[in-house]
Amino acid sequence: MTFLIVGILILVGLFFNTLGAFSLYRFPDVYTRLHGATKCTTFGTLFTMFAVVAYSLSKLIEKGEARFGVFIIHGAVATLVLLITNATGAHAIARAAHRSGIFPARAVVDRLEEKEEAKGGVSR
Amino acid sequence: MFIFVVSFLMYLLLVWSGGGIPLIEVLIALILASVTMAAFRSWHKGRKISMRGLDPKRWFGFIYYLFGPFAVGLAKANIDVAVRVITGNIRPGIIKVDPGLTSDLAKTMLADSITLTPGTLTVDVDEEGAFYIHWIYVEDENPSEEQVYGSFGHWARRLAE
Repeated sequence: MTFLIVGILILVGLFFNTLGAFSLYRFPDVYTRLHGATKCTTFGTLFTMFAVVAYSLSKLIEKGEARFGVFIIHGAVATLVLLITNATGAHAIARAAHRSGIFPARAVVDRLEEKEEAKGGVSR
Repeated sequence: MFIFVVSFLMYLLLVWSGGGIPLIEVLIALILASVTMAAFRSWHKGRKISMRGLDPKRWFGFIYYLFGPFAVGLAKANIDVAVRVITGNIRPGIIKVDPGLTSDLAKTMLADSITLTPGTLTVDVDEEGAFYIHWIYVEDENPSEEQVYGSFGHWARRLAE
């Protein structure tokens, strides 16, 4: 039973991580690639972490050793830190890219560029 | 003081490996927590941490938000972007949304929620508090809040404003 649950969680995580890597080929520019790379990786890593927590929890109940409790704590802390740094990093890369004059490919609308042009800032 | 206690406990939590904690680790924790507190004080001179953040109602609200509306939004958007990776059906663009938030914490929370949700990415936040969001499939060039990020704006106003 535990084996089945952990296996399914790892497979789901692996599926999203693969799609994240695949999106680097499929998408045209830095912004859309960021969507694929950071987002699919978040969901993939979340499920891998859930697998770690589920496995440790079952071992903790089965054997009652404290070191499995440590796994759960570290998994939870890693997930929390990942959620914060992933969002911050993606935002920092996107903002730096736009400021250094890389505009989204195939964009139907770009309100940020309109604003910067109105201020007399960067031009294409 | 708050920073000192949090970093001290965090260090002990991370070095704890099932048994007792040796005295040397407690000493290292004290030193590192002091360094962290001193660094924080010199970077943010005269900045007070508001005690409103310790209200347990907000904590429960935040945990409910994390596992309720946010998790649902994350799952939906992940599947949506997974389909777009396979089919290649995208219509990207940067749109402007004004959620009308004033506090830094609320802005940070909303921007992080938006960035973590696949398909939307906060590129910039200007002085007036307007968000510039890169959207992978632009449905409307002047969208409403709900169209872009659902109920996240409502929750940011309720929990962090």
